[in-house]
Amino acid sequence: MPTDHGIGASSKRREDLRFLTGRGRYTDDINLQGQAFVHFLRSDVAHGRINGIDTSEAEKMPGVIRIFTGADFEGVGGIPCGWQVTDREGNPMREPPHPVLAQGKVRHVGDPIVGVVAETAAQARSAAEAVVLDIEELPAVVDMRKALADGSAKVHDELDGNLCYDWVFGSDDAAIDEAFSKAAHVTTLELTNNRLSPNAMEPRVAVGDYSWASDESTLYTTSQNPHVIRLLMGAFVLGIPEHKLRVIAPDVGGGFGSKIYHYAEEAFCTFAAKQLRRPVKWTSTRSEAFISDAHGRDHITTIQLAMDAENNFLGVRTDTLANMGAYLSTFAPSIPTYLHGTLMAGNYKTPAVQVNVKAVFTNTVPVDAYRGAGRPEATYQLERLIDKAAREVGADPVALRRQNFITQFPYATPVAVEYDTGDYNATMDKLLEMIDRDGFEARAEASRKAGKLRGLGINCYIEACGIAPSALVGQLGARAGLYESATVRVNATGGLVVMTGSHSHGQGHETSFAQVVADMIGIPENMVEIVHGDTANTPMGMGTYGSRSLAVGGSAMVRATEKIIAKAKKIAAHLMEASEGDIELKDGQFSVAGTDKSVAWGDVTLAAYVPHNYPLDEIEPGLEETAFYDPNNFTYPSGAYACEVEVDPETGKVQVMGFAAADDFGNIVNPMIVSGQVHGGLAQGIGQALLENVAYDENGQLLSASYMDYAMPRADDLPFYKVDHSSVTPCTHNPLGVKGCGEAGAIGSPPAVVNAVVDALQRGGYAHVTHIDMPLTPARVWSAMNG
Amino acid sequence: MYNFEFAKPSSIAEAVEALGHDEAQALGGGQTLLPTMKQRLAAPATLVSLNGISEMIGVCVNDAGEVCIGGATPHATVAREAQAQYPALAALANRIGDPAVRSRGTIGGSLANNDPSACYPAAALGSGATIKTNTRDIAADDYFQGMFETALEEGEIITEVRFPVPEKANYQKFVQPASRFALVGVFVAKFADGVRVAVTGASSNGVFRWAEAEAALSADFSKAAVEGLSAPAGDMISDLHGSGDYRAHLVKVMTGRAVAAAG
Repeated sequence: MPTDHGIGASSKRREDLRFLTGRGRYTDDINLQGQAFVHFLRSDVAHGRINGIDTSEAEKMPGVIRIFTGADFEGVGGIPCGWQVTDREGNPMREPPHPVLAQGKVRHVGDPIVGVVAETAAQARSAAEAVVLDIEELPAVVDMRKALADGSAKVHDELDGNLCYDWVFGSDDAAIDEAFSKAAHVTTLELTNNRLSPNAMEPRVAVGDYSWASDESTLYTTSQNPHVIRLLMGAFVLGIPEHKLRVIAPDVGGGFGSKIYHYAEEAFCTFAAKQLRRPVKWTSTRSEAFISDAHGRDHITTIQLAMDAENNFLGVRTDTLANMGAYLSTFAPSIPTYLHGTLMAGNYKTPAVQVNVKAVFTNTVPVDAYRGAGRPEATYQLERLIDKAAREVGADPVALRRQNFITQFPYATPVAVEYDTGDYNATMDKLLEMIDRDGFEARAEASRKAGKLRGLGINCYIEACGIAPSALVGQLGARAGLYESATVRVNATGGLVVMTGSHSHGQGHETSFAQVVADMIGIPENMVEIVHGDTANTPMGMGTYGSRSLAVGGSAMVRATEKIIAKAKKIAAHLMEASEGDIELKDGQFSVAGTDKSVAWGDVTLAAYVPHNYPLDEIEPGLEETAFYDPNNFTYPSGAYACEVEVDPETGKVQVMGFAAADDFGNIVNPMIVSGQVHGGLAQGIGQALLENVAYDENGQLLSASYMDYAMPRADDLPFYKVDHSSVTPCTHNPLGVKGCGEAGAIGSPPAVVNAVVDALQRGGYAHVTHIDMPLTPARVWSAMNG
Repeated sequence: MYNFEFAKPSSIAEAVEALGHDEAQALGGGQTLLPTMKQRLAAPATLVSLNGISEMIGVCVNDAGEVCIGGATPHATVAREAQAQYPALAALANRIGDPAVRSRGTIGGSLANNDPSACYPAAALGSGATIKTNTRDIAADDYFQGMFETALEEGEIITEVRFPVPEKANYQKFVQPASRFALVGVFVAKFADGVRVAVTGASSNGVFRWAEAEAALSADFSKAAVEGLSAPAGDMISDLHGSGDYRAHLVKVMTGRAVAAAG
């Protein structure tokens, strides 16, 4: 039942007041006394040898304080990678160095070479223009297949090639070969998952500061995980112990993964601030963001499905080339492996699944997680493949999926994960209620009369969220734990401050987290304040990504609140001279079971801090508890999505006419925020399917380097969505029974769009079009039709 | 952006004088020039704003029945004030960019820049407009001379654009998905003495007239007349957003649609 407060209520997002009225405090709003500015001179070639850097003229320019080059960072660590993948032979991946400023070579357009620090940003930029670079351009490695070919130029001279790792996962060769040898039908699909630029509304910013008096460094940065940045930058790059380093990520305007990683600019500003004894600030331009924010996706895949004569799935095997770009970004190696290969079973009880991924270095911007991170790539392959298979064998695409659904839980897949719960038929049933599939033919006829081709695409998805069980990911190569933390501090007058290691950069945690804690105690939400984003006043936490915040961070918060309640009950029992076991907490009142005795929440919190009448011999004064929560499994949101499109056969233009999403996110804390998360994810997924594409030319020049050429989805590209999350199978292993909702929209929607377009063309008589690679721009659709 | 001097004259004469200085640059609505300056790709010493010259702003009809638009008139004003006299032109103006662009961008700025994907060049060439400057009148057929190239001399200011009003006209724009400039835009205008078809977005030589379509449509102003034609040859732009073949195909499709929409 909908409620008006607490868990299940669509409480208005309290943070929106400041965001929507321009009163947010973003990193670029932070300006420190004596602040200097850095401008980075970046490579304009994709690959080149640095033969010389002449800064002599630039140093004479007005306002210049100091000019840094790679040589200044020779005693400093490189940007570390947080995950080591082991290849099929048991060898560690190839892990080349990633200097803060280029040393010896430049490896992608945008690679920072020189950092010019000056009194103003404009002076820094002008001086950077006076730096004379002597760079010998080398042949660029752009295409992944060519990168792996014999004789290719090498991105990293010290490696034996451009292969980072060759990884195999899931069923063994014997099992997969047997599945395909028994097959009555094999469907094969080759596809690419297009490279995307993250485009958070707020570009990245870093401000480094240093206090000589306390020998403390502070970094203000646009981060999704300030503690991770503190650990990576402090321990691996700059050698600053964590107790002398504070990282603050204040309001952050969107991340989508791109603000997880530790970037060179953060290390530079922190380093330079200490060297210069002045705060140093960098604000990315949008143009810089295109060539310095980690990109997402960029896979080339061949996938095959083996079915028996009754259309039961026997086996799935995939071969993927995954682009790493020029350097390994923080979590890059894990994305095409453990966030992709582990999901290749999808929603289906396919007995044999084998995944091969070759990760490749190229002279392009590094690639890492972007909303969905590996799971969109897995879902897209599998759900496009099943659609193609259904067409080839003449099966209804919904019936074929249902026939092969996993229906018994827990279910251990052939790709190492165990789904705890789910009901894929329930979300499919819900979806079909939402879309009027029976009415499609009439709508298609109306479209035909208007000269348009109408198509319907339906697909499922499953994803793994709640990242992640530390012991498991440790075995898989993670160099970090992936627990989460919360401290609940109750004040004397009853209000609470919850300090969380999660980080909100648009997700609405300040609202939904408060709902959870307020609900547990039975007090108004406005008595709960959520604090995040500052390593100095939050417990060590791993941050927000992978739809993990409520499932992992929320669980830590629940555990800490449980400790608070347990202690508060002891105090209440003392105040009422009752037995602790008889104390009940409801609606902010402690009462003694079976009596009319009660004390209010505020009486108890006051007693905790004014312990005149207090069980000091049993418990300490105060009411503050911390909990760390490490999940024992991933969570597995799932759902069924449908897209209806019209294609203009004269131009190839695709218009999305309707989109429906039926998700199972487990229990829901704030339905409005969940719907908003789905809406945003769908916009990005539809954007990937129809519009967005990072394109390089053969020389490694970025063609899609601004919004003039990189097409972001706009409101009129998108339909009014139908979203539903009433199908609930609660997660079985976290205290809230929640699964995570942040990425589902971006994961489930691209195959729905492409399935719909292919359906439209097939129905329209274009039988030769069985696949079109994203983005399905008018030009590409027209070419496919006329190809 | 580098520092620059700024002048805002109130008369054409003052503007001409101000533009006589070294590295002075006329500023219309700034929708192209200012982003270019912010990227430090242009660095004029003086910007001479034409937006304070009241005689260059507004829409009227002259004795010859032409719709006359002051060179500094923003697109939004044209969309509003040319609607009654020349609805096809008003509709074109109303689909340039977004509301912010339409409030600042000017017809003179657009025509002086002559971006190969801009909308106004198609209207001017398709209508057989006259580009009036501070020194002379230039027929549209003589004015457009290639991508970002025009007949304007250094310091010459577009003070007014005069559009003959056709019996029927329509502009069809197929947008480039990212920039929403015209991937292909076609302006079709039917006059008593023949049909003009101007194409923007498609050619690396900028806006051009599609002579075959004009001939066919002058004989038979119908969508069917276009369907029989082969797509225009020529130096079609081929880029990230579409091949030359695709653009050529779109020229034909958009021409047909413009004819159908013109009625």
